[in-house]
Amino acid sequence: MTASDIVVDSLTKSFHISERRAGALGAAVGLFQRRRRTIQALKGISFRLADGELLGLIGPNGAGKSTTIKILCGILEPTAGHCQVGGLVPWRERIRHVARIGAVFGQRTQLWWDLPVIESFELLRDIYRVPPDRYRTTIGALIAMLDIERLLDTPVRQLSLGQRMRCEIAAALLHEPRVLFLDEPTIGLDAVAKLAVRDFVKTLNRERGVTVILTTHDMHDVEALAERVIVIGNGSILADGSLSALRRGALAERRLLVHFAHDVERTEIPGATIRRWEGKGEGEGRSAELSFDPRVTSAHGLIAYITSKFDVEDVHLDEPPIEEVIARFYALHAIDG
Amino acid sequence: MTTAIRPYQAVFRARFNLLLQYRAAALAGFGTQCWWGAIKIMVLAAFFRGAGSTPMTLKQAIDYIWLAQALLTLLPWSVDPDVARMVRSGDVGYDRLRPLDTYGFWYARAVARRTATPLLRAIPMVLTAGVVLPVLGASDWALSPPAGWNAALLFTVSLVLVVALAAAVATLMEIITVAALSERGVNMIMGGVIIVFSGNLVPLPLLPDWLQPFLQLQPLAGLLDTPLRIYSAHLVGAAAVTALVRQVLWVLVLVGIGRVAMARVMARLQAQGG
Repeated sequence: MTASDIVVDSLTKSFHISERRAGALGAAVGLFQRRRRTIQALKGISFRLADGELLGLIGPNGAGKSTTIKILCGILEPTAGHCQVGGLVPWRERIRHVARIGAVFGQRTQLWWDLPVIESFELLRDIYRVPPDRYRTTIGALIAMLDIERLLDTPVRQLSLGQRMRCEIAAALLHEPRVLFLDEPTIGLDAVAKLAVRDFVKTLNRERGVTVILTTHDMHDVEALAERVIVIGNGSILADGSLSALRRGALAERRLLVHFAHDVERTEIPGATIRRWEGKGEGEGRSAELSFDPRVTSAHGLIAYITSKFDVEDVHLDEPPIEEVIARFYALHAIDG
Repeated sequence: MTTAIRPYQAVFRARFNLLLQYRAAALAGFGTQCWWGAIKIMVLAAFFRGAGSTPMTLKQAIDYIWLAQALLTLLPWSVDPDVARMVRSGDVGYDRLRPLDTYGFWYARAVARRTATPLLRAIPMVLTAGVVLPVLGASDWALSPPAGWNAALLFTVSLVLVVALAAAVATLMEIITVAALSERGVNMIMGGVIIVFSGNLVPLPLLPDWLQPFLQLQPLAGLLDTPLRIYSAHLVGAAAVTALVRQVLWVLVLVGIGRVAMARVMARLQAQGG
């Protein structure tokens, strides 16, 4: 087993929530009698991850993604089940385990708010006992890759979210972890910052072989990064595989966009469903969007039929956007998005 | 050994340097503390004038009060606001991501708060009460030097133990804050308890005789009363050494309790959010 092999076996986690009745009377009653509700956050999650893989964990809010990550990081203890990261049980051998992993929680900060970035880095260097020469090499590389040279002397509270996120990621990598956990690393970032984060994570995974587990709500993150996706819903794994397999299972349809050279009447097309038909107008307005199931209707047959019946200027074959696929997937499994 | 404590030293240093920056707060605090010190001394002087025999001399009581005012921020009478914020936001989980003994980590941070802030406050207070007042001709109301070389030495040792004890109490309060998810309850209860039982409100020897055995045994006396009585030779010889031993024992007991409590709280930590 290599150092970052991850084994997760029937992990469950339940939380107890004390509820209070509404109103002043409810508060008074609550002093003597507490209602406790148990929430099953994870209902038996199992998967394995090889060294150097990049896994995307997706699922609606409250599905159990972050709970899974927190257990793998050693912050939470599961109620039952087993897991190992590089041969260590995270919550039992926490100190040895956390020395080998890095984590970024998009909505939290691990940098010291009032300190300049570089001082946070130096503090982390000491906390992780990174030897000074090793630190110089690593920090040099991270500064160059993440383009944070200019930010180093700025107190963290004065950074923009995108700048801060780049520094957070650098902070998580100072001790050269073999596994990196990213919990919603692109949340709230603008398009440019998102691309920068994605590029960096991709490089880290492909070129340095760092194993990455990523949770996100941004399907473009998943599309750009993850070869493998696990969908979690209501505390269980609903799908585990490539994004294209997920697409095939949930929303296999293809879409054909047709631009007509002349005005055409709306006409039913055998083997396809009309999503939109604006056959009359000018230029771009004379177009139709059809959807079809590639397992039933072949794309070239459909295009041949359409070009034989109409005067066609251009056709464009496409897949539904990934958000739509995921939304459909959630709907199929009756979970709230 | 040096690599073993390096992270904790780093945590201490970072926090210490940061807290030293709060000079405006220190200045405001200094003003308030002078004012309160003066009022307390006037009240005590009035009582002493009317009383026959007193458990300590007025001179000793005045030293006690000035030093208590100077060392006010050594008392862990409230949870570190930064820790309280971390508990509410959930950032406290990040502390579990560090390859450190979490108790040691928090203790190092607490020691920084119990040294940096008091340092900023104590120096101007001691200078005012011990130098400026005599110069102004108010020697009767001033802070006197320690009662002797012996007293000075034992006082210094005791003060170091105060920091150790205060950090242990503060860390325990932080652990309770994590368990309760809010610092308010801890602050409300501990604020009053610590001010009374450390001797900050009224010097402990001035409280009723029948309470004395209890007052001297309880851990909070070691936060203030012990060094202050050693300073003015109210506590000398074997009694002083016994008091120091008592401080050491309470540090060990409270650190032990803190470690057990922390292990339990962390095992049932429930991070917020899915």
